[in-house]
Amino acid sequence: MQHRGYYDQFGGAFIPEILVPTFDELEQAYLEAKADPAFWQEYKALMSSYSGRPTPLTQAENLSDHFGGAQIYVKREDLNHTGAHKANNVMGQGLLTKRMGKTRVIAETGAGQHGVATATMAAKFGFDCTIYMGEVDVERQRPNVFWMERMGAEVIPVSDGSRILKDAINEAFRDWVSNMDDTHYVLGTACGPYPFPEMVSWFQSIIGTEAREQVLRETGKLPRRAYACVGGGSNAMGLFSGFFDDPEVELVGVEAGGRGKGIGEHASRLAYDDASVGVAQGYKTYFLQDDDGQMQETHSVSAGLDYVGVSPILSSLRESGRVRFEAATDQEVIDAMSLTVQREGLIPALESSHAFAQAFKEVGDLDPDDVIIINQSGRADKDIFTVADALKDPKWEEFIIAKAKGYQNA
Amino acid sequence: MLESYIRSRREQKELLLMTHIVLGYPNFDDSLRMVEAMVEAGVDLMELQIPFSEPMADGPVILKANSDALAAGARVEKSLRIAEKITASFDIPFLFMTYYNILFRNGVDAFVARMADIGIRGAIIPDLPPEEGGDYLAAMARHELAPIHIFTPNSTDERMRLLSEKSSGFIYTVARKGVTGKDTAFSDDLGDYLERCRNATGLPLALGFGVKSNEDFEFIRGKADIAVVGSETIRVVDRDGVAGVKPFILRLMGGG
Repeated sequence: MQHRGYYDQFGGAFIPEILVPTFDELEQAYLEAKADPAFWQEYKALMSSYSGRPTPLTQAENLSDHFGGAQIYVKREDLNHTGAHKANNVMGQGLLTKRMGKTRVIAETGAGQHGVATATMAAKFGFDCTIYMGEVDVERQRPNVFWMERMGAEVIPVSDGSRILKDAINEAFRDWVSNMDDTHYVLGTACGPYPFPEMVSWFQSIIGTEAREQVLRETGKLPRRAYACVGGGSNAMGLFSGFFDDPEVELVGVEAGGRGKGIGEHASRLAYDDASVGVAQGYKTYFLQDDDGQMQETHSVSAGLDYVGVSPILSSLRESGRVRFEAATDQEVIDAMSLTVQREGLIPALESSHAFAQAFKEVGDLDPDDVIIINQSGRADKDIFTVADALKDPKWEEFIIAKAKGYQNA
Repeated sequence: MLESYIRSRREQKELLLMTHIVLGYPNFDDSLRMVEAMVEAGVDLMELQIPFSEPMADGPVILKANSDALAAGARVEKSLRIAEKITASFDIPFLFMTYYNILFRNGVDAFVARMADIGIRGAIIPDLPPEEGGDYLAAMARHELAPIHIFTPNSTDERMRLLSEKSSGFIYTVARKGVTGKDTAFSDDLGDYLERCRNATGLPLALGFGVKSNEDFEFIRGKADIAVVGSETIRVVDRDGVAGVKPFILRLMGGG
């Protein structure tokens, strides 16, 4: 590779020797695409016709009135096809896969959004598709598995390790080291070995570019703060990158605070001090690990944020102080989501609701002339099984029991 | 030096055998007994794998051994102590196989110094390409330990020469793509590949991935200096217990 992908001390490409030529090829395809203005035009046209971009910036007047602070604007990544910002990355990597002449794609998925997005892209482009998904996640995200399989993807439940996102990533790498000749690994977030963190952030930068134009057009000013949830970090990198050159815009990344501080209770690598620098899954960043360097269990109400590592670019932005990191607990997230549904009729995913929760804690302290942006990275209505459980909705429970009886009698 | 050991051993035997165990699997006592069985059976050198929670280059068998060992409480310090006991008790070279984070969290210099201290002769770190391994390579050189890198069928001649330059002891050549522990259809292509490996390095060649029978072992005779058996020993232990290890190794080498 021409570059090693370091952001201060974070990043790199700690890859098995067998993948060295594959990464050379990927880096070259990425750098060529980035240098070719026609590629970005093709990408934008595809995202417009297939995924409904640009996504709107919605003013949340009721929530703004409720808190009596800054004006709240919501970037509507939930309106992408397949219901999340994941589509931005996946369609971009789909175009690169075509350029490299490969015919099969594989991906890991946690919540299932990235798996559904990849299966969708594979269906559209005519690629074979295999999705690796932790067994625990397959159980909690059946509707997403249903759609992946309908679209022709093979979904392989991963029963190793803690059977969640990180284990699905390991398994996808194991597939790739056997099948790299015809297969591209569509990594779903701004993590992993270089060039993935940078490449995924590049595709997601379409969020921030649009958001900056929209907020200036609609309010005539830049936001005081921009909020995004952080799992691997791709939606945050996407929104934040629009404002990196605007030092007056404070960038706030919100991690999964779970049940609070303490290893095993949360998935917060940068806001809490339970994580330390390590090297795993091909890159160097903050990981939730023990003194030996063994990765530890994580917890979050949202599968999409339930991950041990974080984008190396965000780790470097934390060190430089450019991004502030906070954590929202499961309960704060559920409350923020309920409030947003009730007051605005918006249905943010549990992942995205972390960004809302943190913004709600702070927005009252700002001036009514101020503007903030919250990234609604995905929508929750298609995750109704998980959300209804998180909200402990008794009528939903009755419905499921009745439905199950119906199947038993059939 | 590891290379001179291999060369002098090769004067007596045409093909050497390197075996592998995961330290702490199924437990540390059995690890010690497996080493004993292997040395008694005539193994020439061994890889001791320190368990890691994310062994991305390993297949299902070694992956499971890693996570079972960790679940049973295999701390790194325990692995180092058992390794020290092993090197003191048996007179063949032992190497560490592990992932970079185990070194990194310990401090690379401190870890390599400790390796030298407890009599380990070299290391295979599959997720540490030489481009990322400057500190590691310098520390290994200071302590005269052998950093061993991997050739693959995908490696270009230029890449092989670079890897050879950064290695000492021997080169680990994999016979096929993929993770550890899957079947390999050994074929004539292998001859061409090994010739390419020979041309790129003056170091001895160990050939690994998928060796499980005397037939495989004999096929490698004359083609490489060292045959590597990894996952198959773990399958044997899972099936027959530690008692099955020695007969398996003897059978493999055509003696049992």
